[in-house]
Parts: sequence; structure tokens; C-alpha cells
Amino acid sequence: MSNPLSDMELPNVMFCIGTNMTECHPVAATRLKKAKAKGAKLIVADPRRIRLAEHADLYLPLRVGSDVALLLAMAHVIVREGLVDGEFVATRTRDYEAFRDHVAEFTPEWASAICQVPAKDIALAARWFGEAAPGAIYYTLGITEHISGVDNVQSLSNLALMTGNLGKVGGGINPMRGQNNIQGAGDCGAIPSGFPGFQACDDPANVAKFSKAYGREIDCEKGITKVTALDLAGDKIHAMLIDGENTVVSDPDKGHCEKALRSLEHLVLIDIFETDTAKFADVVLPATAWAETDGVVTNTERRPQRLRAAVPAPGEARPDWWILAELAKRLEMPGFDYSGPDEIFNELCSLSPIYAGLDWDLVGTGAYQWPVPEKGHPGTPRLHETEFPNGRGIFKKILYRDPAEVVDDEYPIWLTTGRRLQTYHTNTQTGRSEGIDYFVPHEVLEVHPEDLTAWGLADGQLAFLESRRGGIEIRVEAHPRSPRGTVFSSFSFAATPINDLTGSGYDPVTQTAELKVCPVKIRPVAENEPVPSS
Amino acid sequence: MSDRQAGAGQATLVIDGAEVAFEPGESLFEVSARVGKRLPSLCYDERLEAFGACRLCVVEVEGIRNPVASCTTLAADGMVVTTSSAEVEAWRKTLVEMVASENREVEVDPLRGHASQELSRLVARYDAVPGRFAGEPSGKSREDDGNPFLLRDYDLCISCYRCVRVCAEQQGDHAIGIANRGFETRITTEFDGELRDSACVFCGQCVQTCPTGALADRKAMRGVDVPGEIEKTRTICPYCGVGCSVDLMTKGDKLVGVQPAMDGPANKGALCVKGQFAFDFVQHEDRLAHPMVRNDDGELVRASWDEALDRAAKGFRGVVERHGRHAVYGVASGRAPHEAAYLMQKWIRTGFGTNFIDNCSRA
Ligand code: SF4
Ligand code: FES
Repeated sequence: MSNPLSDMELPNVMFCIGTNMTECHPVAATRLKKAKAKGAKLIVADPRRIRLAEHADLYLPLRVGSDVALLLAMAHVIVREGLVDGEFVATRTRDYEAFRDHVAEFTPEWASAICQVPAKDIALAARWFGEAAPGAIYYTLGITEHISGVDNVQSLSNLALMTGNLGKVGGGINPMRGQNNIQGAGDCGAIPSGFPGFQACDDPANVAKFSKAYGREIDCEKGITKVTALDLAGDKIHAMLIDGENTVVSDPDKGHCEKALRSLEHLVLIDIFETDTAKFADVVLPATAWAETDGVVTNTERRPQRLRAAVPAPGEARPDWWILAELAKRLEMPGFDYSGPDEIFNELCSLSPIYAGLDWDLVGTGAYQWPVPEKGHPGTPRLHETEFPNGRGIFKKILYRDPAEVVDDEYPIWLTTGRRLQTYHTNTQTGRSEGIDYFVPHEVLEVHPEDLTAWGLADGQLAFLESRRGGIEIRVEAHPRSPRGTVFSSFSFAATPINDLTGSGYDPVTQTAELKVCPVKIRPVAENEPVPSS
Repeated sequence: MSDRQAGAGQATLVIDGAEVAFEPGESLFEVSARVGKRLPSLCYDERLEAFGACRLCVVEVEGIRNPVASCTTLAADGMVVTTSSAEVEAWRKTLVEMVASENREVEVDPLRGHASQELSRLVARYDAVPGRFAGEPSGKSREDDGNPFLLRDYDLCISCYRCVRVCAEQQGDHAIGIANRGFETRITTEFDGELRDSACVFCGQCVQTCPTGALADRKAMRGVDVPGEIEKTRTICPYCGVGCSVDLMTKGDKLVGVQPAMDGPANKGALCVKGQFAFDFVQHEDRLAHPMVRNDDGELVRASWDEALDRAAKGFRGVVERHGRHAVYGVASGRAPHEAAYLMQKWIRTGFGTNFIDNCSRA
């Protein structure tokens, strides 16, 4: 997030797009509700009439995967109605003129035909956001899990730049991260493009720095993403070490993923449960869990905070860091003699400019938000207050593209996936917490009540749902939250592996899978009918 | 005892003989608390709008005939305030006795909730006798609500409305309401039904602000009979990226519950249903307790750490020998701490000299 969570109580217009915040980031959503109670306007754009939409002053029910069209038209209206922040654009940005000319043709009427939101509502959203002081944007995977994920994010950045809402109290572009240390995994350099602190790993100076620090010559070129690595499994990639991820349930296109893992010569997992992925492992190493582990995690607002152990781990389970260090020593890697997690965190701080002013003791109360460039620095609650990483904010000319697969006669229904309030990720944790099943005993497919009738289905009936990649049985539930022609399920239940179906495409830049859009077809299943194999 | 110098032009008042500067908008309650005189209260929660219902926080103000509720009285320049006098203390004691007399019990297990000891602490402080007044409970317990998380023990309700207000003001959901008025007042949900069928999202915030344990953490209460004292350890919720601060409650080696940290930077006392109640996966019997390796029959079997680590290392060495160092790939977790992610990338970069490392954010 460019801005702190506390800023969420301050905007006078909040634009939430592709974020089911009341279910996925519930405590953050409480702040938006407070801003609303103080009179702020809330605009919600989401294909499903999610709970947040019920709080909205303006709800834009856009078709799945049509975000770019909506955002182009909003930019068009902001230009047309003279709501551009001229001073911000002149002093802080680049390439505005080209962008202005680019959006001239993308009228709300044009967008309406694509995203199925009334043109007048698109114009109203643009007007509100253009007049906001300040206006803030919030988004989640509903923006990024598309083949156009990067385009979506850049379209949002264009909106924030043209209205001067970056670097301001109560404004900003604010992606909400979905796992408690997913921000931290990136901060630590567990990405193919950067060393710790997002130092580019194709920059010779950085490569020299880390080659020296680690005592090993490191390639001066980016690595491949996990998606590519799975694609290349059995071909170029032959061994994997995976920490704590139930890949075969969480990843798109389950069939492909299982085949990839099976074709590895060597797979080592570190985890707290024997997950479905363990079927493919040669070695499974038991890790300590949350509440048993001392460490640091960084939240969505760039705030490192301390995890503390309170109970002993079961049996012989060991902290991840201990396991990795032991495995390193057995492969004769230098530099893995650590006495504890504090020493490791302090090494990270010494190598990462955004953490340079931090250490294990300083993060104890969670008082800092990175970057903290040197000791004594107070941290950076808001990014971009005076400048952007490359100096000026750059406008990008984005074009709308259809999703990788669109509905047709054979697969006429849009499937979109996500999380629910009570279950988390692949449910390995929430599913083992007593009481959660009182709310969510099994997975269901949410279908608009009129669609149920139209498709010959009864509420609660078993149905067979099928995409070009695979099919599963799932119980349907009448739900007015789903728009006509679009159905929803979470990916939390291994018994209903919705990711057998997904995986139609990937963003060409980030290789994030298009989990939010998948054309499917559906038919009723009699309760005793054998499941067709596909 | 002022922590601020009363600068020229700044408004001041006198509390128990000491001059204190204040900011416009501060209540007498807040000014007193700031100078170390936390007034007794039952309906007060610093995160909520002052309510003025319990009257325990009354103070005497020169020139005003009756004592005033300090939480709803704004500080004004030149006020002279007395926070404690024989009369005020006697009045507070009577109030505590009246409130306590309405309730079935005053001593409740601290596992019920973060604020659950407030009433019993006041009873002790004022040496109050709970049975002195014939009292009628403010509410009736809802034993019929089978939800696994929130106990609705309304026999203990004292009508402070903190639950109603935290739901409306903090959570923004308005799931809890007030039925009837006056003597018939009851805390209830819309339609008076089970919570599951209401707007309730089971965030647990009502439980944590209740000063008597009338709303209680059913899940933590399963640990009431676990021997040992409750110890609290500050950590961060394991679920989403908001990063709410929580206190783990343990008795010996058993994790019995979670309470929100009122001073957590990201959450200020709020949690959601996952962070509040979904903690017991940690000590679940399914946890992996031993390393496992696949044997010749293709089964995963228990192994020692030495065996498992040797086998893991050997496999990587063999793959590098056969296919080169670009054949190994590492995936870090988005749910393990920094030390895991950092060492995973170091392991790949040091061991193989590649950048063949990613995390699970793309799923
Ligand atoms: S309590 Fe809920 S909102 Fe807070 S970090 Fe945990 S999952 Fe996220
Ligand atoms: S705290 Fe002031 S009236 Fe209850």
C-alpha cells in the first residue's frame, strides 16, 4: 500500500475495485466503514454484489475481466470534464499529453458495451473520483489475477496520477495483500527479479554485492517465475524445494500442476501438515507453526512486526530457518551458521536498503513502515510524497484486451473464484480450527436464482461444472450476490478442486494466473450418477 | 502532575488542585486519565463515543450542583474539578452494588474476554456487596444459540451498550441492537434470532469489550479447566496481510485462545473471525511431527532428521550433477516469517548461483 491503513479513515472518496474487503481483509474494511460514517463516498466495482457493495454509494457491477475498459472511460471523463490536477501532472508526472490523447476515444458509452455498466454510472464514478480531495484506490487479486493484471494496475495508477492522489494523506493506490507475510517474502528477495529489498538482480552492482556477501558467483540475469518453473518441470527444472505452500490446491490448472510435480526427479517440502502436495514429495520436513515461531512478518502497509512463540512445537518440528540452514550445510554452502532468527533478520537488514535502519529489536513494537533508510529514520508511512522511484510518475497508454478465454456457445458461463470470510486459502489451517465448519461446511457454487431456473437446476442440487481443462462436481446455491451469467466458488476445499478448471491464461509480465475469469458450462447431476471423467 | 507545561494562551483547568492544560474537545475523563487519574467506569471504551450511562465516572465541578459524568463533559477553561470525595466514593460504591446485584455472578473467568474483569475489579475495589439490592437481570441468556464462538450469557448484562456501540462504531455492521426501552431493555440481534442468521460476522469485538463476560469467547472458555495461569504473548495474526496484533493466551503448553491487542498498530483492538477464533490448527493432531521420506514402495515413512536431510541434500546434488545448477528451483512461503523467506532465497542464490526463486503470491 502506498498509504498506511490508518489513512483509510480519511479519504472523502474511496474507490474499491476487485477487492472483497469485508471478507478478505475484514479489519481494513472496518476503517472504510468509519470513513463512510463520517460522510465519505464509497464506489465499489466488482462483478459480484459483495457485502462491500451493500455499503456503496455507487456500485458498478462490471463483467469479469473488463476493468481496463471501465478505467479508460473514467480517465476519459476526468479529462473531458476538466477534473485533472494540472499542477500535480505538470510537476510530478511524465507523458500526460500522449495519455490524454489516448483516452479521447474511450467514452463511457464505449466502455459500457464491454463492461456492462451503465455509461452514466461510469461517468458519475469518474466525476466523484475526479473531484475527491483526497480520493483513494483500494484493490486486491480481483485486479491482478487476470492476463491483464499489470494493465489493470497501470490503469489505476493513471487515475491516481491524473487526479494528484499520490503522496497525499488519505489518498494513494493501495493493494491489499492476502497472506500475512506475502509482502515480506518479496521484501526478503524471494522473487526471481530482485535481491532482498527489491534490488534488481540483473544489475551488475547488485550482483557483485550479493555474490560477495554470499561467497558465490550469482547469475546477472533474472530468474524464472514459479509458473514458468512448473511449465518447465521434467524438461529443464528437475528439483524443487517448496516451503509451506499447498501448490496442487491453490494453483490454477490442477492437472497441469500435478503432472509438473510428478515429473520432478526430486521434490522436498517444508510444511506443518501433510498436504495434498505431499503426495508428490520425496522428503517432507516438519516446520514449526505460527504461535511456535519467533520471527518477523511485514503487513500490507509495509510494516515489519514481530511474531513470537508461545507454545512448543509438536514432536521434532523445527523452525523453517533451522531446516534451511541444515540443508545448506549438508550441501556445503557457506554462511549458514546462525544462532537464531534475530541474527538472520539483522543480516537481511544489513543487505537491504529499505530495512537499513531496522534491526530485530527495533521492529519489536511494529512502529516502522519501510523504507527506513538509516538508523534514527522514522520510517515512511506514505510513499511518493515528494518523488517517485524513477523521479516522475509515468502515464501509460493501456488498451483493453479480452480475457484469455471468453464465453461462447459451448462454455457460456463466467466462473470467477476467490476467498470466503471464514475459510482461508486452501483451508489447511481454518479447516482444522474448530467451529469454522459451522459456517462453511463444504464448498458451494453461488448462482443467481434466475440462472438456476434457466439452467434446470434446483437450489442445493449437485451439478457438474466444466471448463476446457477439467470438470468437478459441486453443489449449487441460489445467491443474489452472483450476477446473471456469472458463478462463484472459493478454492478452499480440496474436495471441490475448482482449480481443476481455472488457468486459461497468465499475465505476460507477472505470470499471475487468470484465476478470476474462466468460461464454463454446467449441468445437473443426479445424486447417484457416476461422475464423468474429463 | 501535568505532562505538559501550561503555555501562554492554552486553556487549563484544575484537577484535584493541580493545573492541567488540555486540548479543545477533550473530555474530563480523558484529561484525568492523561494525568494518571483513571476514573472508574463500566460503559467507557476509549475507542468509542462516550456514552454517559454508568455514572461511575462522575466528578464534582465547582459551580455545578450535582456531580457530572466526566466522560461526556468537555473540559472548559478555568474549571475546578474534584475526582474523589467521600460523597462521590460512596455514590460509586452504591452504583457498583446496584449493578452487581442484578447479575447471577460477578466473578467470571478471564478467558471470557479482554474486558471481562472490569466489573469484578470494581466490586473488589469498592468492597461492594453484590447482594445488597434486589436486582433483576437486564437480559436473558440465549442458550439456544448454537454458534461455536460467541456465548450470549445475557444474565450478566448490565446494559452498558458497549457491544452495540462497538458493533456499530468499530465494526460498522450494526448486527447487535437494543430491544425495548427502560426496564424492559435487552441486548439482542435484529429479528431477535440466532446470530448466524443476523448481520453478525463473528468478529468477536463485542466479546472483547463486554465488562462482565455476558458476551463471552466460547472457544477460549473450553480452556477454563486447563490447569495453570493464563499467560499472554504478543504476536501477529497468521492470516491476511492486514497484520492485526494479537495476544496469544496460553496455559502451560496449551494455546487456549486469542485476544486482540488494543494498541496493535494495524487493528487497534479489532479482529475478524479468522484471527479471533481460527487458532487451534496449531495444536491439531494432524500436525507433522517427524520428518518423512519416500521409501522404495513409494510410501512416505517416518525418518530421523539426519536421514531426511541427507536424503534431501543428496537429491539436490544428484540433480545438479545430471542437469546442471539451473535445474533446481525454490518456492518460499507467504505465510512463514522473513527468516524463512530470506534463507530460502539465500539457499538458492548461494547454493546454485541462480535467481530461480519465487514465492506463492502468484497463486
Ligand atoms: S484478524 Fe482478520 S483482518 Fe486481521 S490480520 Fe487476521 S485475517 Fe486479517
Ligand atoms: S464511563 Fe462515564 S458514564 Fe460510564
